Amino acid sequence: MEHIYLDYASATPIDSRVLDFSRRYLEDMMGNPSSLHSLGLQAKKAMEESRGKIADFINAENESTILFTGSATESNNLAIQGCAFRNKDKGQQVAASAIEHISVLNPMKYLQKNGFTFSLIPVDPQGLVDLEQLEKIVTKETLVTSIMYANNEIGTIEPIKEISTLVHEKGRYLHVDAVAAGGYVPLDVQKDNIDLLTLSSSALYGPPGAGVLYVKPGIKLQSILPGGGQERGLRSGSENIFALAGMGEAARIAKKERVKETSRLQNIRDNLIEGILKIEDAYLTGHPTLRLPHHASFRFSYIEGESILLSLDMYNIQVATGSACTSRTLEPSHVLLAIGLKHEEAHGSLVLTLGRSNTSKEVPHIVTAVGDTVKKLRDLSPLYKKKT
Amino acid sequence: MIGMAQNIGYSKKVMDHFLNPRNVGEIKNPDGYGKVGNPVCGDIMEMYIRVKDDHITDIKFKTFGCGSAIATSSMVTEMAKGLHVDEALGITRNDVAGKLDGLPPQKMHCSNLAADALHEAIKDYQKKKQNK
Repeated sequence: MEHIYLDYASATPIDSRVLDFSRRYLEDMMGNPSSLHSLGLQAKKAMEESRGKIADFINAENESTILFTGSATESNNLAIQGCAFRNKDKGQQVAASAIEHISVLNPMKYLQKNGFTFSLIPVDPQGLVDLEQLEKIVTKETLVTSIMYANNEIGTIEPIKEISTLVHEKGRYLHVDAVAAGGYVPLDVQKDNIDLLTLSSSALYGPPGAGVLYVKPGIKLQSILPGGGQERGLRSGSENIFALAGMGEAARIAKKERVKETSRLQNIRDNLIEGILKIEDAYLTGHPTLRLPHHASFRFSYIEGESILLSLDMYNIQVATGSACTSRTLEPSHVLLAIGLKHEEAHGSLVLTLGRSNTSKEVPHIVTAVGDTVKKLRDLSPLYKKKT
Repeated sequence: MIGMAQNIGYSKKVMDHFLNPRNVGEIKNPDGYGKVGNPVCGDIMEMYIRVKDDHITDIKFKTFGCGSAIATSSMVTEMAKGLHVDEALGITRNDVAGKLDGLPPQKMHCSNLAADALHEAIKDYQKKKQNK
């Protein structure tokens, strides 16, 4: 039986069209874009074309707003540390929603150790940022407020336009981690008035090893990676042309195919949710409607997520969980705790994220496998017995 | 059959006991009952034993937890069945992990409570016997 891969939020394969487009930058003699000879100029041109495609993908003012990095983690670090250190004469505070990715939260904790105040903005039980709290927490002292466009674990899409208005009224700069949202919602940094935005190539069916930070014209950052001064002095290091050029092509394809592909995925997703919620004591996590079109996430009472993951793997179905038992820290997912789940509830989480390989034909098999798995694990569970 | 799950670091024996756990269930009016863990840490194990002439003649378990929690529970029931209770008290966490061809390091302390649950059940039996 073929794999049924339902973990696209963790990794997407490279699109074969992107690979075909970009392989020349691995196979052929390519110059260093900093070199002045003709091959160097060719490499530079490939990068600039890619910048243009990505600017188009997020409707940026121009292509020089697009900075290439090596990963979304690096983009988040550059946005947060770079903005805070460069503008520290204007304030000493940073803020983030409680459900941000660890690569946003940890740079903020690092700033906290270096004299900044770090404030967490709570979310409601469906994962929407608490706007009243945001208004209270964010002030002119708050250099960077970081709110993700959509959450990778519970799928909730944040009201970025409203958040942007509030942040610019009360505070200073808005950073948006759009890694989970990229390719699934239309991104428009001008309409939403976003100052800094993070994208990942590998979340867009692009090559791994490339990330982007969009920087609104006029915003000043400090480099966190000193060296040869590539990327306007903000991200030194010889460019990975293969990955950077491929990311642009991936963004171009994602934009072109977004509407059709997301409606296809949403249809499968809705059938999956409908089927799985028929299981006793199964609950959707995240928002029922304001959610990513390819994202279905659940929790099941009385059982644990790693067991669910392992068991589904035996059906050749690959999934994710926020259970403590799969994390390095042995703590349950901070996202599930932030939406108010108890530890034992967070343990029973299941995250399904769909992508290009999935079809509606797979739905009955998945629903049956999840149902059988839940039943089997509950038969083993001392917590389940207590109920009946 | 056992494919990608091994990437998590589980041995074939762990996966076998996780997928086909032995001695699952409860014993009515057991001679000994033990319970360890709590839902916050993520693992709860219940162990039931039937004892005749100080030998464990039957043993059942129920476990809430990850793959290794279920596999260690299943393995300890196999190891303890038929043993004299004093021998069964000698079964350590390391013995259980060893019989399963090892556990990933991060699972050694958190999901390896099965021997503890067995010991609790035996102590319960011994206490009941004294009180008779």
